[in-house]
Amino acid sequence: MSQSNDHSRRRFLQGAALGTAGLMAGRAAAQTSAQTPDPAITDLSQQPWTQYLGDGVDARPYGMPSPYESHVIRRDVPWLTADAVSSVNFTPLHELDGIITPNGLCFERHHGGVAELDPGSYRLMINGLVDTPKVFTLQDLMRFPRENRIYFLECAANSGMEWRGAQLNGCQFTHGMIHNVMYTGVPLRLILEEAGVKTDAAWVLAEGADAAAMTRSIPLDKALDDCLVAFKMNGEALRPEQGYPVRLVVPGWEGNMWVKWLRRIEVGDKPWYHREETSKYTDLLANGKAREFTWAMDAKSVITNPSPQAPILHGPGPTVLTGVAWSGRGSIPRVDVTIDGGITWHQARMSGPSHDKSMHRFYYEFDWDGGPLLLQSRAHDSTGYVQPTKDMLREVRGENSIYHNNGIQTWAVNEKGEAENVEIT
Amino acid sequence: SRDGGYGLGREAMPEEIAAWDIDIRPDGAGLPDGSGDVWTGEEVFVEKCAACHGDFGEAVGRWPQLAMGMGTLQSQDPVKTVGSYWPYLSTVWDYVHRAMPFGEAQSLSPDEVYAITAYLLYLNEMVEDDFVLSKETFADVTMPNADGFFMDDRETAEYGAFSAEACMENCKDSVEIAMHATVLDVTPDEPSDAPPESEMSESND
Repeated sequence: MSQSNDHSRRRFLQGAALGTAGLMAGRAAAQTSAQTPDPAITDLSQQPWTQYLGDGVDARPYGMPSPYESHVIRRDVPWLTADAVSSVNFTPLHELDGIITPNGLCFERHHGGVAELDPGSYRLMINGLVDTPKVFTLQDLMRFPRENRIYFLECAANSGMEWRGAQLNGCQFTHGMIHNVMYTGVPLRLILEEAGVKTDAAWVLAEGADAAAMTRSIPLDKALDDCLVAFKMNGEALRPEQGYPVRLVVPGWEGNMWVKWLRRIEVGDKPWYHREETSKYTDLLANGKAREFTWAMDAKSVITNPSPQAPILHGPGPTVLTGVAWSGRGSIPRVDVTIDGGITWHQARMSGPSHDKSMHRFYYEFDWDGGPLLLQSRAHDSTGYVQPTKDMLREVRGENSIYHNNGIQTWAVNEKGEAENVEIT
Repeated sequence: SRDGGYGLGREAMPEEIAAWDIDIRPDGAGLPDGSGDVWTGEEVFVEKCAACHGDFGEAVGRWPQLAMGMGTLQSQDPVKTVGSYWPYLSTVWDYVHRAMPFGEAQSLSPDEVYAITAYLLYLNEMVEDDFVLSKETFADVTMPNADGFFMDDRETAEYGAFSAEACMENCKDSVEIAMHATVLDVTPDEPSDAPPESEMSESND
């Protein structure tokens, strides 16, 4: 077993080194610079970009990342699900900074694969307890007043594989069922008002156009409050895998409710109790009873660097620790971090925009002495909620809830700078 | 309701609503006319469902198990099936009709869905083998775990404990690692163009 351990660590280091080859080379050169001039500076043949012309402006109509960033990709875990169609992949959080997730890296979760809709054939129906059932085309939707909002979308099952203990080695896998983008869309309220909601209405059912015909019941209060019918993400049209041409945005609430390829909103007086709110997205407790309608995503955070996929490669000295935090109940005014497993905590430095129900970026700069570290982060949200430990959650819920694991994550960093997903006492 | 608005969109026609509004509620609202018995359900199930779910709903490979698992919800490994976990029969009808068979959704007739649903009830030992499910007999069936769910209570059960003042200094005497992810070694390898042969052959340890 220990052989397998070393093997696994080696593999992670190799993988990490692949992605940071440039950084490593730069470091080697910098270390020798006292005696030898750096050929990255003195040797023109090592700087072909200085001598020869590059691509013209007509070469890249839709630009892609540098080939040196080809490792920054969504990843999947084949053993998690029976097939790749009703499945999930993961955002590479350890490679990102700031708070905005690039569209091509936003994790995917489908129940019937990616529906490839023709925007010309797109229709949104509003029916049920309304004065006038309505049909809208995409063009109709784009004639309503729009709003721009930055929100996180976190899968209810994010970190779900970690309920019984440390399992997957990397924040991409333990925390990567999340993305954070700017949505442009129409308040669902305006569309519902266009149909005229009847006085006995209390719920809406949102339904997708894909082969899963995904449905979720949403209380009317939420629908009228801040839900958006969105057609843009980060300024461009939604990606097909994110619901092109139209998805529902349900700020702060579990990702399953953000129905993609949105085709219908039915207004009713009671919830529908469909498959995704009975069999799935209900949270079984130790006593055999299950919570239903656990909509809000509680305050949560994770250190993205250092982490198992992003070891410390530069040796002792100045070190940047960074991560993300978010809460479905508000904003994140404060994150605490510890490097000794929670004996001593430090307030992290928040940087960048702070929006309700959005990701927040935090940093903690410290001088690493080269010794082992136990890293944790602890989010505080604007309601006063403090992110609990996994043990605190298990005490209330047991180990079989599957969903809503927002417990504090620990990374163990060894003397070589390698990081591992662990649980501590 | 609201007067005016933007005058956008048009009125939906009854045929259009009928085509898309296929949802069923726990009180049976939305159920179409039709019926199906257990043995017809078995025939349809074996032909269209059993390749993934097994002849008796026991599941093939990683596909979902649909039957049995009674009394396991408090155990270390709960088996959550239609019989052991699902609170409402309407959900079975609605979901089978809207999303199954996987890869050929919305291909089943109402009678076929009634029959499959009846067979699933039989597999879960909830009805006898002469049972006929229809819009009329639907209300006669109560699911075993109908009372197994309660509304999200995190506000009262957790929020107080999880909003206490956070300790910043001397929070514990010592710390020990209790569990390592690398012991399990189930994380996918990093992507690489050419993994060494030895890496490939060792990866099933």
